[in-house]
Formats: sequence, C-alpha cells, structure tokens
Amino acid sequence: MKKIILIFLMIAINLNNANALIKVDITRGNLDPLPIAISPLHVDKNSQKSDLFDTNKLGEEISKIIEQNARSTGLFNPLNKDAFVQKPDIAHLKPRFEDWRLIKAQALVTGKLLIKDDKLKVEFRLWDLTAAKEMQALSFTTTPSNWRRVAHIISDKIYERLTGEGGYFDTRIIFVSETGPKEQRVKKLALMDQDGHNIKYLTLGNELVLTPRFNPTNQLVTYMSYFRNMPRVYLLDIETGIQEIVGNFPGMTFAPRFSPDGKKIIMSFAKDGNSDIYSMDLNTRVVEQITKHPSIDTSPSFSPDGKFIAFNSDRSGLQQIYVMRSDGTGVKRITHGKGLYGTPVWSPRGDLIAFTKVRKGRFYIGVMRSDGSGERLLTENFYQEAPSWSPNGRVLIFYRETKADKTGKGFSAKLWSIDITGYNERRVKTETDASDPSWSSLLSK
Amino acid sequence: MSKNLFFSFLFHALIIYLTALTLPFMLREPIDLPPIVSVEFIEIKDKTYIPFAPKAREIIEKVKEEKNRVVSEQAPPSAKAKEKPDRIPLPDDQKEKKQLIKKKQNPEEIKPQIRQSSEFEKKELFDTNEIAALIDKAKEEQANTMKKSDKLTQSNVKNSFAQALSLSEEDALRAQIFGCWSVPLGLPYDKNLLVRIKLQLKPDGTILKSEILDHARMNTPGQSFYKILAESALRAVRICQPLKVPPTGYERWKNLQLNFDPTEMLKG
Repeated sequence: MKKIILIFLMIAINLNNANALIKVDITRGNLDPLPIAISPLHVDKNSQKSDLFDTNKLGEEISKIIEQNARSTGLFNPLNKDAFVQKPDIAHLKPRFEDWRLIKAQALVTGKLLIKDDKLKVEFRLWDLTAAKEMQALSFTTTPSNWRRVAHIISDKIYERLTGEGGYFDTRIIFVSETGPKEQRVKKLALMDQDGHNIKYLTLGNELVLTPRFNPTNQLVTYMSYFRNMPRVYLLDIETGIQEIVGNFPGMTFAPRFSPDGKKIIMSFAKDGNSDIYSMDLNTRVVEQITKHPSIDTSPSFSPDGKFIAFNSDRSGLQQIYVMRSDGTGVKRITHGKGLYGTPVWSPRGDLIAFTKVRKGRFYIGVMRSDGSGERLLTENFYQEAPSWSPNGRVLIFYRETKADKTGKGFSAKLWSIDITGYNERRVKTETDASDPSWSSLLSK
Repeated sequence: MSKNLFFSFLFHALIIYLTALTLPFMLREPIDLPPIVSVEFIEIKDKTYIPFAPKAREIIEKVKEEKNRVVSEQAPPSAKAKEKPDRIPLPDDQKEKKQLIKKKQNPEEIKPQIRQSSEFEKKELFDTNEIAALIDKAKEEQANTMKKSDKLTQSNVKNSFAQALSLSEEDALRAQIFGCWSVPLGLPYDKNLLVRIKLQLKPDGTILKSEILDHARMNTPGQSFYKILAESALRAVRICQPLKVPPTGYERWKNLQLNFDPTEMLKG
C-alpha cells in the first residue's frame, strides 16, 4: 500500500514539474517611433480632372499629409518612399509583406481614390506587417474640395488604431493673428486647420481681440474684445458671422470659456480693482456669481465632467491655482511651489491640468494632476503662455514671444506645440505672427 | 602617610592624564561610515555549459571538414543565390514565398469588394481577412512542422528540477523583448493592462505557436484598448524572433509565458 501511495506521489510531482510554465514579466518597452510605410494612394484611371488640383498627383499629396501628421506626433517614423518596392495599386490589393518587412516597417498604409460625378471617393487600408494581416479598411466619399480633410480623417483613424487613443488631426485652431510693430499691433481673429492650412480671418482688425475659445460643437467662439476702450466678452457664430456681447455687466469682463456642455460661459468680471468669477447661461441669460473674494480671481476652466472649476487667484498674496466645485464651494489651493501660477486648463481626459508658471523671470508651460501633485514643467522660455489642449489630451498648443531690442525690433509671437512627455516640441506654422491659440474638438466625431 | 598621599596623587594624576588623552576622541564627531551594502548571493546558473563544449567543438569541426570537402581549391566557388540579409532562412519561408507568387499571378481573384458609402460617411470595407481575423484573432499561429535540424541545442537534455530560467537567461530574454516592444502610449493606465501570451518555441528560439491567454477580452465592448495592446505585444514577439533562449534545456523553455504589462511605464 505504501508503495502505491509513493508511486502516486512521484507521478504527481512529475506531472507538476512537466506542467510548470516559465513565466517572464515584460514591464517595459521602447518609446522609439513606430516605423510605418505610407504608400502613395493609387489614382483610378477613370478619375475626372479637377480645377482644384492635379488629379494625378492627388494620391501622393494625400499620403504626404498623412505622413506629416504621423511624423508630427513623434510616435511614428514614416519611412522614406524611395525604399518602397511595390506599386501603390498592387500594394493596396495585397501587399507582399516580406518586402515591406525588409525595410523594417511594422505597419503599412495603402489607398486608392476615384473622382467621379464631382465626388471624391477615397479608401484606405492599414496593414499589420508582422502579423501579415489587415487591421483596418475604410472608405470616404465627399466633395473634391474637402480632400485635405479626408487626409486628416485617415490620419486620425490610423493614429487611433495604433495608439489606442483618439486622434487630433481633423481639428481646427482659432488664434489671434498679429501684424505690425509691437506698439501698434493689428490683431485679428483667425481660424486654420491644425496643420496651418486653410486660414480664414474672422474679424477685420479694427478692435483688439484676445483669448478666443471654441464651444464644444466648434460653431461658436467666445473671446474678449476692446470696443470703445472697454474690454468685454463677446460671442461669435463662425457660420453666420453674428457677434454679440455676453451679459450686461457694468464693467470689464475677460477670460471667457465655455462649459463642457456648451450651455454656459464662465468668465471674470472686474469692478473697483476686484475681480470675481461669473457664469452666464446662454439660453436664459441668467448671470451667477461663483467666487466672492476681495482678491483677483480669474482664468476659470471647467473640468470635463463640469463638476469642478480650476482658476487662479492672488488671495494668498501670490498668484496660485485653486480648484472649487462648480457652484463656488470647497475652494482648495492646489499649487504650493515657488513662483507664480496661472492660466489653468483642464485636460479633456480630466486627469491633468496645464498651466503657465513664472519663476525668476522665466516662463514655463507645465502639467500636473488635478489635485496639484506630480507637477512637470514641459518647456521653458523668455515669454510663453496660454496652453490649450488637443482633443485627446496628449498635446498642448501655446504661444511664445521673442524679446524686442531697444528699437523695438526682433519682437515676434509664434505658435508652438508640445506633447505631455515634453520631448516633442514643434513650431506650428502660421502666415503671420500669432498668439492665444485654442484647439477645437474633433470635427468629425 | 606621605607614601599614601604620594600614591593617591600619582593615581589621580594618571586618571586625569588618561582622561585628557581620551576626551578629545569623545569630542570628535563620529566617523561617517558609509551605509552597509547588502550583497545577496544569487546563483546565476545551476549548470555551466562547459560539459557541452567538447561535444559542440566536435560538431563544429565536423561541419568545417564537410565544407572543406565540398569547396576544393581548384574549383572556383559556385555562384550562390543571394540571400536576404537580416533573415534566417527557415524552411517555412520558402513555402510561404511559393504561395505568395501563386497569388500574385491572379490578383483579381482576391480583389475585395468596396461598398460605396454616403457623403462623408465612413464605412468598414468588407474584407475576408478581417472576417477571418474576427473569428479567430491571433489566437493561434501554427507554423509548419518543426524540423529538428539543430543538433547543437542539446534539446534532448532533460532537467526536470531546474524549471525556471536563471536570472541571466531571463534578463537576456527580457532585454531583447524590451527593445522590440513599441508600447501604444494612449492606453488607459488605470485599467488592467496585463496581456499574457503563451508561446511554443522551436529549439532555435523561433515561434511555433503563439496564443493570447485572455483572448475573450480582445472583442469585449469598452475594452478596445486591450486589442491594441495585445497586438503590440504579439508584434514585439514576432519582431524579436528568434528569441534569446538558453542554448540548452529545450524541454524547460519550449513552452513559455510572457506577461506584458505597461502600467508602470505609462504611469511614469
């Protein structure tokens, strides 16, 4: 009997050994940009000609936009097209995976377009080259003049499929276009695609304009304008061009921003050297005072769920960032570092707050968690401020000024973007000098 | 009496002298000792590879002899077909190529149907590949039958007691996969991001079969990030092929589980 038990025991031990699986934990990876091959889109031979562009080159142009967008993220490394072996039309049907793998690509984008009956039809496929399978295939039909938007939408889809978060390419940026010498700047409201194309001017430049912000549907813009030397908050409908003053305040209103549901505008109202935060319901026009403190409270920004408001105040003596409930209760200071903190902007993801910090005469753009912990300064310069988030909460756009010499020369204001890692800083090209940028949400949701 | 007084003075003087000598030491600040470094002795490897070295040498010499026999000095070396660099020619590759060439001859056959979609509306294109992928997303990737060509790997050595990889072996494998894994940066780090991949390996470290263990999560609504993460992990394993596995003890590591979890890295 003992022997039998012993034999069973031995077998059990052996089985256990045989089934023991070696496990290795992989907790790190590389942050190198993903090598991606973006093949020019194949243009169908039956395509009509267009006055807007050279139809034969449209496939290449669209692929260039996708390539620029991918490169600008810092997360992708679009490979040189000279190394591509397969022709676009064949690659779109069935790529020879081993050929693409040879140039070390991990993903491939192929596509095809056709212009027929004044409609542009674009289809694209995203291939996983290591698994030798298709990851995504979509087609879009639109008017030919929208071709740049199609390229941006495709870029968003690729970004989303490979990174797991939403894209931000099919978006616009509203900003203040600046021309002329520093003392006599002409400032106009301007609107452009996120890559700097399709620029439109919304005001003539007769009045000074500042701090434009989009509403969640990107139809309305709220901004501050000096009319008859009185700075006031205005509302502008982009489609109709109709402008109106927000609220009937007996004094200066500034720093406006929409609530996440777009129903309210939150702003500062200054009277007798004291400024407090007010909100106005756009439907009922009812004005509500949110802070009541004999200090300067300004730059309010809602959390994405609308429950909290971040703002800056000098109630402690120096300008710091505070968070309170949206009804004005539970005010809590969240910044305690050395220096001045201002322009808090809550990330669309809700996890971070971006801010401008001034210390020892230098300006920093940084991010921190909504409780004030984990402060990270992303970039430092002579003068920079007004960060605005991309719709996916990964990139910040802001403006930076250069110092003027004694004669007033050398002054400039440019737009820049940086991602929350702080490694990918880029100039956003604009026709003129630019300041106060504000990023729209995705146009095609 | 005077003698006693003398001794009393003497001993008192001695005590004062000794105190004077030792007091400065007491006044001095304590010596700043560096913190104690604890050293843990870890067994790097239970067995060295030395016992196999003579056997390996024999085989290498045999191979050398064979080469010498084939290429004589008089005959010019015959022109060999160019092989692609960076790739280890596997028996499977040639078969794959043949299949692809066949497909190329008739591209119309696989032309996918693309449906017209309305103004600015995006539509998923119909694709047989996609459907196949939906049915069985990366669940199994069965390679062709394995050939035991590699005699150097000592695959017949069984070591039932040393189940785990040694630290150095595990580190080598981990470091290799770190380099291959492009982590998707947009993942929600407050969710469970553990992807477990079970691998069946050939003796040379190439992958015979890979399987995602929590496969059901791939298509769970609201967990789309998991699919992206799992795909990135699979890509890493495939790019890394052949994996840096120990040259011995094939039985030990022929089945391997890799647990990918980027949570710490993304929180960073």
